[in-house]
Amino acid sequence: MMSTRPWAYLGAALAALVIGVGLYAGGAFDGLGSEPHSERKAAAPVSTSPNEVASASRAANDLPGDPPRAELTAPAAATGTQAAFRPPAESELPAGEFGDVIRRGREIFIDTPRAAPAYVGNSLRCVSCHLDAGRLADSSPMWAAFVSYPAYRSKTQSVTTFQQRLQGCFEYSMNGKAPPLGAPELVALESYAYWLASGATVNPKIAGRGYPALARPAQAANFARGKQVYAQNCALCHGADGAGQHAQDGTAVFPALWGPDSFNWGAGMGRVNNAAAFVKANMPLGLPGTLSEQQAWDVALYMNSHERPQDPRYTGSVQGTRNDFHATEDSMYGREVAGKVLGASGPPKAFKPSQRN
Amino acid sequence: MISICRGFAFALGTVLSVTCHADGASIAKNGMGAALACQTCHGAAGEGLAQAGFPRLASLGAPYLQRQLDAFADGTRVNAVMMPIAKALSVADRAAVSAYYAALPVPTVPTVPTAPTASATALPVAPASATAASPTPSGIGATLATRGRWADKLPACEQCHGPGGRGVGPDFPALAGQSAAYLSNQLTAWKTGARPPGPMGLMAVVAKKLSDAEISAVADHFASLPAGVSR
Repeated sequence: MMSTRPWAYLGAALAALVIGVGLYAGGAFDGLGSEPHSERKAAAPVSTSPNEVASASRAANDLPGDPPRAELTAPAAATGTQAAFRPPAESELPAGEFGDVIRRGREIFIDTPRAAPAYVGNSLRCVSCHLDAGRLADSSPMWAAFVSYPAYRSKTQSVTTFQQRLQGCFEYSMNGKAPPLGAPELVALESYAYWLASGATVNPKIAGRGYPALARPAQAANFARGKQVYAQNCALCHGADGAGQHAQDGTAVFPALWGPDSFNWGAGMGRVNNAAAFVKANMPLGLPGTLSEQQAWDVALYMNSHERPQDPRYTGSVQGTRNDFHATEDSMYGREVAGKVLGASGPPKAFKPSQRN
Repeated sequence: MISICRGFAFALGTVLSVTCHADGASIAKNGMGAALACQTCHGAAGEGLAQAGFPRLASLGAPYLQRQLDAFADGTRVNAVMMPIAKALSVADRAAVSAYYAALPVPTVPTVPTAPTASATALPVAPASATAASPTPSGIGATLATRGRWADKLPACEQCHGPGGRGVGPDFPALAGQSAAYLSNQLTAWKTGARPPGPMGLMAVVAKKLSDAEISAVADHFASLPAGVSR
Protein backbone atom coordinates (compact mmCIF):
# COMPACT_ATOMS: atom_id res chain seq x y z
CA MET A 1 0.00 0.00 0.00
CA MET A 2 2.67 2.50 0.85
CA SER A 3 6.40 2.44 0.61
CA THR A 4 8.60 2.61 3.65
CA ARG A 5 10.53 5.81 4.02
CA PRO A 6 10.53 6.77 7.65
CA TRP A 7 13.92 8.44 7.36
CA ALA A 8 12.93 10.96 4.74
CA TYR A 9 13.07 13.80 7.22
CA LEU A 10 16.69 12.95 7.89
CA GLY A 11 17.30 13.38 4.22
CA ALA A 12 15.86 16.87 4.43
CA ALA A 13 18.10 17.74 7.33
CA LEU A 14 21.12 16.44 5.47
CA ALA A 15 20.18 18.43 2.39
CA ALA A 16 19.99 21.57 4.49
CA LEU A 17 23.39 20.81 5.95
CA VAL A 18 24.90 20.33 2.53
CA ILE A 19 23.53 23.67 1.41
CA GLY A 20 24.96 25.24 4.52
CA VAL A 21 28.37 23.72 3.92
CA GLY A 22 28.28 25.09 0.42
CA LEU A 23 27.98 28.59 1.81
CA TYR A 24 31.38 28.42 3.37
CA ALA A 25 33.99 29.58 0.95
CA GLY A 26 36.89 28.65 3.13
CA GLY A 27 39.17 31.06 4.86
CA ALA A 28 37.39 34.18 3.68
CA PHE A 29 36.04 34.96 7.12
CA ASP A 30 39.04 34.64 9.27
CA GLY A 31 39.80 38.29 8.88
CA LEU A 32 36.96 39.80 10.85
CA GLY A 33 39.32 41.52 13.19
CA SER A 34 41.71 42.63 10.50
CA GLU A 35 39.73 45.36 8.83
CA PRO A 36 40.44 48.84 10.13
CA HIS A 37 37.60 50.40 12.02
CA SER A 38 36.55 53.23 9.77
CA GLU A 39 32.92 53.67 10.50
CA ARG A 40 31.17 56.77 9.33
CA LYS A 41 31.13 59.13 12.23
CA ALA A 42 31.35 62.59 10.85
CA ALA A 43 30.23 64.40 13.95
CA ALA A 44 31.01 61.78 16.54
CA PRO A 45 34.06 62.38 18.69
CA VAL A 46 35.31 58.83 18.56
CA SER A 47 38.82 57.61 18.91
CA THR A 48 39.87 54.86 16.57
CA SER A 49 42.96 53.79 18.44
CA PRO A 50 43.27 50.02 18.22
CA ASN A 51 42.89 49.45 21.93
CA GLU A 52 39.68 51.35 22.16
CA VAL A 53 38.24 49.69 19.12
CA ALA A 54 39.17 46.34 20.49
CA SER A 55 37.35 46.90 23.73
CA ALA A 56 34.40 48.84 22.42
CA SER A 57 31.17 47.04 21.95
CA ARG A 58 27.94 48.84 21.52
CA ALA A 59 24.82 48.47 23.46
CA ALA A 60 22.36 47.05 20.99
CA ASN A 61 19.93 49.82 21.77
CA ASP A 62 22.18 51.67 19.42
CA LEU A 63 22.08 51.13 15.75
CA PRO A 64 24.84 51.08 13.20
CA GLY A 65 26.69 54.33 13.14
CA ASP A 66 26.48 55.03 16.81
CA PRO A 67 29.82 55.70 18.37
CA PRO A 68 31.32 52.88 20.39
CA ARG A 69 30.25 53.38 23.96
CA ALA A 70 31.93 50.76 26.04
CA GLU A 71 31.40 52.91 29.08
CA LEU A 72 27.70 52.22 28.87
CA THR A 73 28.01 48.58 29.58
CA ALA A 74 30.22 47.08 32.21
CA PRO A 75 32.09 43.86 31.46
CA ALA A 76 29.77 40.89 31.56
CA ALA A 77 31.20 39.56 34.77
CA ALA A 78 30.52 42.77 36.60
CA THR A 79 26.90 43.11 35.60
CA GLY A 80 23.97 41.04 36.50
CA THR A 81 20.30 41.24 37.03
CA GLN A 82 20.79 41.41 40.80
CA ALA A 83 22.30 44.85 40.72
CA ALA A 84 20.02 46.19 38.04
CA PHE A 85 16.98 48.39 38.33
CA ARG A 86 13.78 46.42 38.81
CA PRO A 87 10.77 47.54 36.84
CA PRO A 88 7.37 47.43 38.54
CA ALA A 89 5.54 44.12 38.61
CA GLU A 90 2.97 43.56 35.92
CA SER A 91 0.32 43.36 38.63
CA GLU A 92 1.02 47.00 39.41
CA LEU A 93 -0.17 48.19 36.02
CA PRO A 94 -2.46 51.14 36.61
CA ALA A 95 -6.16 51.03 35.82
CA GLY A 96 -7.90 53.59 33.64
CA GLU A 97 -7.17 55.11 30.27
CA PHE A 98 -3.43 55.36 30.77
CA GLY A 99 -3.24 51.78 31.97
CA ASP A 100 -5.11 50.70 28.87
CA VAL A 101 -2.55 52.37 26.63
CA ILE A 102 0.32 50.82 28.59
CA ARG A 103 -1.30 47.43 28.15
CA ARG A 104 -1.67 48.13 24.46
CA GLY A 105 2.04 48.94 24.36
CA ARG A 106 2.82 45.67 26.04
CA GLU A 107 0.67 43.83 23.53
CA ILE A 108 2.48 45.48 20.61
CA PHE A 109 5.78 44.62 22.24
CA ILE A 110 4.90 40.96 22.54
CA ASP A 111 2.86 40.36 19.41
CA THR A 112 4.20 43.03 17.09
CA PRO A 113 3.16 41.74 13.65
CA ARG A 114 -0.40 41.19 14.80
CA ALA A 115 -0.74 44.29 16.93
CA ALA A 116 0.98 46.74 14.56
CA PRO A 117 0.57 45.12 11.14
CA ALA A 118 0.73 48.37 9.18
CA TYR A 119 4.36 48.90 10.18
CA VAL A 120 5.85 45.43 10.36
CA GLY A 121 7.38 43.59 7.41
CA ASN A 122 8.55 40.38 9.05
CA SER A 123 7.35 38.05 11.76
CA LEU A 124 9.77 39.19 14.45
CA ARG A 125 8.46 40.68 17.66
CA CYS A 126 10.02 43.27 19.94
CA VAL A 127 10.32 40.55 22.55
CA SER A 128 12.43 38.48 20.14
CA CYS A 129 15.47 40.52 21.16
CA HIS A 130 14.23 42.24 24.34
CA LEU A 131 13.48 39.27 26.55
CA ASP A 132 10.88 39.09 29.30
CA ALA A 133 8.67 41.65 27.57
CA GLY A 134 11.41 44.26 27.70
CA ARG A 135 11.99 43.87 31.41
CA LEU A 136 15.19 41.84 31.54
CA ALA A 137 18.45 43.57 32.43
CA ASP A 138 21.26 42.94 29.92
CA SER A 139 18.66 42.17 27.29
CA SER A 140 18.20 45.75 26.12
CA PRO A 141 15.41 46.43 28.60
CA MET A 142 12.92 49.15 27.78
CA TRP A 143 13.27 50.87 31.15
CA ALA A 144 16.93 51.52 30.41
CA ALA A 145 16.24 52.73 26.90
CA PHE A 146 13.53 55.06 28.15
CA VAL A 147 15.86 56.89 30.51
CA SER A 148 18.56 57.15 27.83
CA TYR A 149 16.79 59.34 25.29
CA PRO A 150 16.89 61.93 23.81
CA ALA A 151 20.45 61.22 22.75
CA TYR A 152 22.74 62.20 19.95
CA ARG A 153 23.14 59.36 17.47
CA SER A 154 25.61 59.35 14.63
CA LYS A 155 23.28 57.09 12.70
CA THR A 156 20.94 60.01 12.19
CA GLN A 157 23.54 62.66 12.96
CA SER A 158 21.00 64.33 15.15
CA VAL A 159 19.46 64.18 18.58
CA THR A 160 16.96 61.34 18.59
CA THR A 161 13.94 61.16 20.85
CA PHE A 162 12.63 57.92 22.26
CA GLN A 163 9.81 57.79 19.71
CA GLN A 164 12.27 58.41 16.91
CA ARG A 165 14.38 55.58 18.27
CA LEU A 166 11.32 53.32 18.15
CA GLN A 167 10.78 54.37 14.53
CA GLY A 168 14.21 52.96 13.79
CA CYS A 169 13.21 49.61 15.28
CA PHE A 170 10.25 49.38 12.91
CA GLU A 171 12.28 50.42 9.90
CA TYR A 172 15.25 48.12 10.48
CA SER A 173 14.61 45.37 13.00
CA MET A 174 11.04 44.83 11.90
CA ASN A 175 11.96 45.41 8.24
CA GLY A 176 8.90 47.61 8.07
CA LYS A 177 7.85 51.20 7.98
CA ALA A 178 8.30 53.85 10.65
CA PRO A 179 4.98 54.79 12.25
CA PRO A 180 4.57 58.57 12.18
CA LEU A 181 5.55 60.37 15.36
CA GLY A 182 2.55 60.37 17.65
CA ALA A 183 1.02 57.31 16.01
CA PRO A 184 -1.00 55.29 18.53
CA GLU A 185 1.50 52.43 18.23
CA LEU A 186 4.43 54.63 19.21
CA VAL A 187 2.48 56.32 21.98
CA ALA A 188 1.53 52.92 23.37
CA LEU A 189 5.10 51.60 23.23
CA GLU A 190 6.44 54.80 24.78
CA SER A 191 3.85 54.57 27.55
CA TYR A 192 4.81 50.98 28.25
CA ALA A 193 8.51 51.88 28.42
CA TYR A 194 7.75 54.90 30.61
CA TRP A 195 5.81 52.74 33.00
CA LEU A 196 8.54 50.09 33.10
CA ALA A 197 10.98 52.87 34.00
CA SER A 198 8.89 53.98 36.99
CA GLY A 199 11.32 54.95 39.73
CA ALA A 200 14.41 54.94 37.51
CA THR A 201 16.38 58.13 37.12
CA VAL A 202 17.28 59.62 33.79
CA ASN A 203 20.66 58.05 33.15
CA PRO A 204 22.04 56.69 29.88
CA LYS A 205 24.59 54.73 31.90
CA ILE A 206 21.98 52.86 33.94
CA ALA A 207 23.18 49.34 34.79
CA GLY A 208 21.59 46.63 32.70
CA ARG A 209 21.18 48.76 29.57
CA GLY A 210 21.83 47.08 26.25
CA TYR A 211 23.77 43.88 26.25
CA PRO A 212 26.95 43.50 28.33
CA ALA A 213 29.88 44.46 26.14
CA LEU A 214 32.24 41.69 25.11
CA ALA A 215 35.94 42.13 24.65
CA ARG A 216 37.24 41.33 21.22
CA PRO A 217 37.66 37.57 20.85
CA ALA A 218 41.00 35.91 21.37
CA GLN A 219 40.79 34.48 17.89
CA ALA A 220 39.14 36.39 15.05
CA ALA A 221 35.54 35.28 14.74
CA ASN A 222 35.33 32.38 12.33
CA PHE A 223 32.51 31.23 10.06
CA ALA A 224 33.30 27.52 10.18
CA ARG A 225 33.47 27.45 13.97
CA GLY A 226 30.33 29.56 14.12
CA LYS A 227 28.51 27.12 11.91
CA GLN A 228 29.38 24.35 14.32
CA VAL A 229 28.26 26.38 17.33
CA TYR A 230 25.04 27.14 15.52
CA ALA A 231 24.33 23.51 14.69
CA GLN A 232 24.88 22.42 18.27
CA ASN A 233 23.24 25.26 20.16
CA CYS A 234 20.87 27.22 17.94
CA ALA A 235 19.46 25.10 15.13
CA LEU A 236 17.11 23.17 17.41
CA CYS A 237 14.99 26.30 17.78
CA HIS A 238 15.95 28.61 14.93
CA GLY A 239 16.25 25.86 12.31
CA ALA A 240 19.24 24.73 10.29
CA ASP A 241 18.24 27.31 7.68
CA GLY A 242 17.94 30.16 10.20
CA ALA A 243 14.31 30.72 9.26
CA GLY A 244 13.01 30.24 12.80
CA GLN A 245 9.89 28.28 13.69
CA HIS A 246 6.28 29.32 13.83
CA ALA A 247 3.42 27.98 15.88
CA GLN A 248 0.45 26.79 13.88
CA ASP A 249 -1.32 30.09 14.55
CA GLY A 250 1.53 31.90 12.79
CA THR A 251 3.31 33.25 15.85
CA ALA A 252 7.05 33.31 15.25
CA VAL A 253 7.94 31.48 18.42
CA PHE A 254 11.58 31.27 17.36
CA PRO A 255 12.53 34.28 15.25
CA ALA A 256 14.19 34.08 11.85
CA LEU A 257 17.87 34.92 12.23
CA TRP A 258 18.49 35.57 8.55
CA GLY A 259 16.65 35.38 5.26
CA PRO A 260 13.65 37.34 4.01
CA ASP A 261 11.67 37.10 7.26
CA SER A 262 14.45 38.45 9.47
CA PHE A 263 15.67 41.93 10.39
CA ASN A 264 17.23 43.89 7.54
CA TRP A 265 20.83 44.96 7.03
CA GLY A 266 20.25 48.24 8.81
CA ALA A 267 19.36 46.66 12.16
CA GLY A 268 21.67 46.80 15.15
CA MET A 269 21.54 43.03 15.50
CA GLY A 270 23.17 42.81 12.08
CA ARG A 271 26.39 43.99 13.68
CA VAL A 272 28.57 41.11 14.77
CA ASN A 273 29.56 42.76 18.06
CA ASN A 274 25.96 43.47 19.03
CA ALA A 275 24.84 39.98 18.11
CA ALA A 276 27.75 38.43 20.01
CA ALA A 277 26.89 40.46 23.11
CA PHE A 278 23.22 39.48 22.88
CA VAL A 279 24.04 35.82 22.36
CA LYS A 280 26.52 35.65 25.20
CA ALA A 281 24.13 37.19 27.70
CA ASN A 282 20.86 35.66 26.58
CA MET A 283 21.22 32.58 24.40
CA PRO A 284 20.39 29.75 24.24
CA LEU A 285 17.07 30.55 25.82
CA GLY A 286 17.03 28.98 29.26
CA LEU A 287 20.76 28.29 29.14
CA PRO A 288 22.29 31.78 29.08
CA GLY A 289 26.00 32.02 29.71
CA THR A 290 26.71 28.49 28.55
CA LEU A 291 28.48 29.64 25.39
CA SER A 292 31.99 30.96 25.71
CA GLU A 293 32.74 34.48 24.51
CA GLN A 294 34.61 32.99 21.57
CA GLN A 295 31.60 30.86 20.66
CA ALA A 296 29.34 33.89 20.89
CA TRP A 297 31.57 35.84 18.49
CA ASP A 298 31.85 32.91 16.11
CA VAL A 299 28.13 32.24 15.97
CA ALA A 300 27.32 35.95 15.66
CA LEU A 301 29.60 36.12 12.64
CA TYR A 302 27.96 33.03 11.20
CA MET A 303 24.46 34.45 11.67
CA ASN A 304 25.41 37.75 10.08
CA SER A 305 27.19 36.13 7.15
CA HIS A 306 23.89 35.21 5.55
CA GLU A 307 21.68 37.27 3.27
CA ARG A 308 18.86 39.33 4.73
CA PRO A 309 16.60 42.13 3.47
CA GLN A 310 18.32 45.15 1.97
CA ASP A 311 19.34 48.11 4.08
CA PRO A 312 16.62 50.74 3.62
CA ARG A 313 19.38 53.35 3.33
CA TYR A 314 20.66 51.62 0.19
CA THR A 315 22.46 54.21 -1.91
CA GLY A 316 22.15 52.44 -5.24
CA SER A 317 25.23 50.28 -4.87
CA VAL A 318 26.39 47.78 -2.31
CA GLN A 319 29.81 49.32 -2.11
CA GLY A 320 28.43 52.80 -1.67
CA THR A 321 26.06 51.58 1.03
CA ARG A 322 28.90 49.80 2.76
CA ASN A 323 31.08 52.88 2.61
CA ASP A 324 28.35 55.10 3.97
CA PHE A 325 26.76 52.86 6.59
CA HIS A 326 28.73 49.66 7.07
CA ALA A 327 32.38 50.66 7.06
CA THR A 328 33.17 48.69 10.17
CA GLU A 329 34.69 45.34 10.90
CA ASP A 330 31.45 44.45 12.66
CA SER A 331 29.37 44.52 9.49
CA MET A 332 29.50 41.75 6.93
CA TYR A 333 27.40 43.82 4.54
CA GLY A 334 29.15 44.19 1.21
CA ARG A 335 31.62 41.46 1.97
CA GLU A 336 31.93 38.30 -0.01
CA VAL A 337 30.68 35.00 1.34
CA ALA A 338 30.93 31.90 -0.81
CA GLY A 339 31.40 33.94 -3.93
CA LYS A 340 28.39 36.13 -3.25
CA VAL A 341 28.49 39.68 -1.97
CA LEU A 342 26.22 40.10 1.02
CA GLY A 343 23.67 42.82 0.40
CA ALA A 344 23.85 42.46 -3.37
CA SER A 345 20.12 41.85 -3.61
CA GLY A 346 19.23 45.04 -5.40
CA PRO A 347 17.21 47.97 -4.08
CA PRO A 348 15.03 47.46 -0.99
CA LYS A 349 11.79 45.71 -1.77
CA ALA A 350 8.64 47.77 -1.42
CA PHE A 351 7.24 47.50 2.08
CA LYS A 352 4.56 44.88 2.43
CA PRO A 353 2.54 45.07 5.61
CA SER A 354 2.51 41.98 7.75
CA GLN A 355 -0.16 39.58 6.65
CA ARG A 356 -0.64 38.19 10.09
CA ASN A 357 -3.23 40.68 11.27
CA MET B 1 -4.75 7.49 5.31
CA ILE B 2 -3.19 9.06 2.24
CA SER B 3 -4.14 12.52 3.42
CA ILE B 4 -2.74 11.77 6.84
CA CYS B 5 0.54 10.84 5.23
CA ARG B 6 0.51 14.02 3.22
CA GLY B 7 -0.14 15.89 6.39
CA PHE B 8 2.91 14.28 7.86
CA ALA B 9 5.05 15.33 4.95
CA PHE B 10 3.71 18.85 5.26
CA ALA B 11 4.38 18.92 8.96
CA LEU B 12 8.00 18.14 8.25
CA GLY B 13 8.17 21.34 6.30
CA THR B 14 9.79 19.67 3.34
CA VAL B 15 8.79 19.09 -0.21
CA LEU B 16 10.05 15.56 -0.09
CA SER B 17 7.61 12.86 -0.95
CA VAL B 18 7.21 11.15 2.37
CA THR B 19 4.95 8.24 2.83
CA CYS B 20 3.95 6.46 5.97
CA HIS B 21 5.29 3.17 7.08
CA ALA B 22 2.34 0.90 6.63
CA ASP B 23 3.20 -0.86 9.87
CA GLY B 24 2.83 2.25 12.01
CA ALA B 25 -0.93 2.07 12.05
CA SER B 26 -0.81 -1.67 12.53
CA ILE B 27 1.51 -1.44 15.54
CA ALA B 28 -0.72 1.23 17.05
CA LYS B 29 -3.87 -0.84 16.57
CA ASN B 30 -2.67 -4.41 16.91
CA GLY B 31 0.69 -4.30 18.58
CA MET B 32 3.78 -6.09 17.38
CA GLY B 33 4.99 -9.28 18.96
CA ALA B 34 5.47 -8.64 22.66
CA ALA B 35 4.54 -5.00 22.22
CA LEU B 36 1.02 -4.22 23.27
CA ALA B 37 -1.15 -2.20 20.89
CA CYS B 38 -0.44 1.46 21.63
CA GLN B 39 -4.09 2.41 21.51
CA THR B 40 -4.81 0.17 24.46
CA CYS B 41 -3.50 2.93 26.70
CA HIS B 42 -3.09 5.93 24.41
CA GLY B 43 -6.60 5.80 22.93
CA ALA B 44 -7.93 5.09 19.46
CA ALA B 45 -7.14 8.63 18.30
CA GLY B 46 -3.89 8.88 20.25
CA GLU B 47 -5.60 11.21 22.68
CA GLY B 48 -4.19 9.53 25.78
CA LEU B 49 -5.92 8.49 28.95
CA ALA B 50 -5.88 11.36 31.34
CA GLN B 51 -7.09 9.52 34.41
CA ALA B 52 -4.18 7.09 34.21
CA GLY B 53 -1.61 9.71 33.20
CA PHE B 54 -1.06 8.08 29.80
CA PRO B 55 -0.05 10.85 27.42
CA ARG B 56 -1.58 12.13 24.25
CA LEU B 57 0.58 11.12 21.29
CA ALA B 58 -1.49 12.46 18.39
CA SER B 59 0.26 15.13 16.32
CA LEU B 60 3.35 15.33 18.49
CA GLY B 61 6.52 15.55 16.40
CA ALA B 62 7.85 12.30 14.97
CA PRO B 63 11.46 12.96 16.03
CA TYR B 64 10.26 13.71 19.53
CA LEU B 65 8.17 10.55 19.74
CA GLN B 66 10.92 8.41 18.37
CA ARG B 67 13.46 9.82 20.81
CA GLN B 68 11.15 8.75 23.61
CA LEU B 69 10.76 5.22 22.28
CA ASP B 70 14.51 4.96 21.81
CA ALA B 71 15.05 6.18 25.37
CA PHE B 72 12.57 3.66 26.75
CA ALA B 73 14.30 0.96 24.73
CA ASP B 74 17.79 1.79 26.00
CA GLY B 75 16.54 2.36 29.52
CA THR B 76 17.48 6.02 29.81
CA ARG B 77 13.83 6.96 30.18
CA VAL B 78 12.52 4.91 33.01
CA ASN B 79 8.96 3.59 32.80
CA ALA B 80 7.92 0.10 33.77
CA VAL B 81 5.17 -0.11 31.15
CA MET B 82 6.91 1.48 28.21
CA MET B 83 10.40 0.01 28.54
CA PRO B 84 9.48 -3.57 27.56
CA ILE B 85 7.17 -2.35 24.82
CA ALA B 86 9.82 -0.16 23.24
CA LYS B 87 12.40 -2.93 23.52
CA ALA B 88 10.08 -5.23 21.61
CA LEU B 89 10.01 -2.81 18.67
CA SER B 90 12.78 -2.59 16.11
CA VAL B 91 14.28 0.79 15.30
CA ALA B 92 12.26 0.81 12.08
CA ASP B 93 9.08 -0.06 13.98
CA ARG B 94 9.68 2.81 16.39
CA ALA B 95 10.15 5.18 13.50
CA ALA B 96 7.01 3.91 11.82
CA VAL B 97 4.77 4.18 14.83
CA SER B 98 6.20 7.60 15.66
CA ALA B 99 5.39 8.78 12.15
CA TYR B 100 1.91 7.35 12.49
CA TYR B 101 1.12 9.27 15.65
CA ALA B 102 2.77 12.44 14.39
CA ALA B 103 0.38 12.39 11.45
CA LEU B 104 -2.78 12.00 13.51
CA PRO B 105 -4.83 15.17 13.96
CA VAL B 106 -4.79 17.11 17.19
CA PRO B 107 -7.37 15.54 19.50
CA THR B 108 -10.56 17.54 19.28
CA VAL B 109 -11.78 16.78 22.77
CA PRO B 110 -9.39 17.98 25.39
CA THR B 111 -8.57 15.31 27.90
CA VAL B 112 -9.05 17.26 31.07
CA PRO B 113 -8.51 15.17 34.13
CA THR B 114 -8.72 17.91 36.71
CA ALA B 115 -11.38 20.51 37.07
CA PRO B 116 -10.69 23.12 34.43
CA THR B 117 -10.22 26.65 35.60
CA ALA B 118 -13.05 29.06 35.14
CA SER B 119 -11.22 30.94 32.43
CA ALA B 120 -10.56 27.79 30.43
CA THR B 121 -14.23 26.95 30.55
CA ALA B 122 -15.29 30.40 29.51
CA LEU B 123 -12.64 30.68 26.79
CA PRO B 124 -12.17 27.27 25.28
CA VAL B 125 -10.43 28.70 22.24
CA ALA B 126 -8.35 31.68 23.22
CA PRO B 127 -6.68 33.49 20.32
CA ALA B 128 -2.93 33.56 20.62
CA SER B 129 -2.88 37.33 20.69
CA ALA B 130 -5.20 37.28 23.65
CA THR B 131 -2.84 34.89 25.36
CA ALA B 132 0.12 37.09 24.69
CA ALA B 133 -1.55 40.28 25.71
CA SER B 134 -3.75 38.89 28.39
CA PRO B 135 -3.93 40.78 31.63
CA THR B 136 -1.61 39.72 34.36
CA PRO B 137 -2.08 35.99 34.72
CA SER B 138 -3.60 34.89 37.95
CA GLY B 139 -1.89 32.02 39.64
CA ILE B 140 1.64 30.73 39.55
CA GLY B 141 0.88 28.08 36.90
CA ALA B 142 -0.33 30.59 34.33
CA THR B 143 2.46 32.98 35.25
CA LEU B 144 5.17 30.39 34.72
CA ALA B 145 3.52 29.27 31.50
CA THR B 146 3.17 32.70 29.94
CA ARG B 147 5.78 34.87 31.66
CA GLY B 148 8.39 32.55 33.16
CA ARG B 149 10.51 33.69 36.06
CA TRP B 150 13.38 35.61 34.60
CA ALA B 151 14.95 36.42 37.93
CA ASP B 152 15.86 32.70 37.86
CA LYS B 153 16.63 32.80 34.13
CA LEU B 154 13.57 30.65 33.64
CA PRO B 155 11.79 31.33 30.33
CA ALA B 156 8.04 30.95 30.02
CA CYS B 157 6.92 27.49 28.88
CA GLU B 158 5.19 29.12 25.92
CA GLN B 159 8.45 30.57 24.66
CA CYS B 160 9.35 27.14 23.33
CA HIS B 161 6.08 25.19 23.41
CA GLY B 162 4.18 27.96 21.66
CA PRO B 163 1.08 30.01 22.40
CA GLY B 164 -1.27 28.07 24.61
CA GLY B 165 1.30 25.28 24.83
CA ARG B 166 0.08 23.90 21.52
CA GLY B 167 3.55 22.88 20.40
CA VAL B 168 6.12 24.16 17.89
CA GLY B 169 7.79 22.17 15.15
CA PRO B 170 9.03 18.62 15.53
CA ASP B 171 10.96 19.04 18.76
CA PHE B 172 8.75 21.09 21.08
CA PRO B 173 5.71 18.95 21.80
CA ALA B 174 2.31 20.26 22.71
CA LEU B 175 1.59 20.52 26.42
CA ALA B 176 -2.05 21.40 25.96
CA GLY B 177 -4.12 18.27 25.71
CA GLN B 178 -1.89 16.43 28.13
CA SER B 179 -3.17 15.55 31.57
CA ALA B 180 -1.95 17.23 34.72
CA ALA B 181 -0.82 13.87 36.03
CA TYR B 182 1.33 13.19 32.99
CA LEU B 183 2.84 16.67 32.89
CA SER B 184 3.71 16.74 36.57
CA ASN B 185 5.16 13.23 36.37
CA GLN B 186 7.44 14.31 33.56
CA LEU B 187 8.64 17.49 35.23
CA THR B 188 9.36 15.48 38.35
CA ALA B 189 11.18 12.86 36.29
CA TRP B 190 13.40 15.53 34.77
CA LYS B 191 14.03 16.96 38.15
CA THR B 192 15.13 13.60 39.53
CA GLY B 193 16.92 12.39 36.40
CA ALA B 194 14.46 9.60 35.65
CA ARG B 195 13.92 11.04 32.21
CA PRO B 196 16.73 12.08 29.84
CA PRO B 197 17.09 15.84 29.82
CA GLY B 198 16.09 16.14 26.18
CA PRO B 199 17.70 18.18 23.42
CA MET B 200 20.44 20.42 24.80
CA GLY B 201 19.45 19.30 28.29
CA LEU B 202 16.85 22.05 28.35
CA MET B 203 14.10 20.36 30.29
CA ALA B 204 16.27 19.20 33.16
CA VAL B 205 17.48 22.76 33.63
CA VAL B 206 13.92 24.05 33.58
CA ALA B 207 12.48 21.40 35.89
CA LYS B 208 15.18 21.84 38.51
CA LYS B 209 14.11 25.46 38.91
CA LEU B 210 10.57 24.46 39.84
CA SER B 211 9.29 23.53 43.28
CA ASP B 212 6.86 20.63 43.62
CA ALA B 213 4.02 23.09 44.10
CA GLU B 214 5.03 24.98 40.97
CA ILE B 215 5.21 21.75 38.97
CA SER B 216 1.73 20.95 40.09
CA ALA B 217 0.44 24.42 39.24
CA VAL B 218 1.96 24.57 35.78
CA ALA B 219 0.75 21.03 35.00
CA ASP B 220 -2.78 22.01 36.02
CA HIS B 221 -2.54 25.10 33.86
CA PHE B 222 -1.70 23.28 30.64
CA ALA B 223 -4.09 20.45 31.36
CA SER B 224 -6.87 23.04 31.43
CA LEU B 225 -6.07 24.39 27.96
CA PRO B 226 -7.62 23.17 24.71
CA ALA B 227 -5.38 21.05 22.52
CA GLY B 228 -6.74 22.50 19.28
CA VAL B 229 -5.35 25.33 17.25
CA SER B 230 -7.35 28.48 17.66
CA ARG B 231 -7.52 29.48 14.03
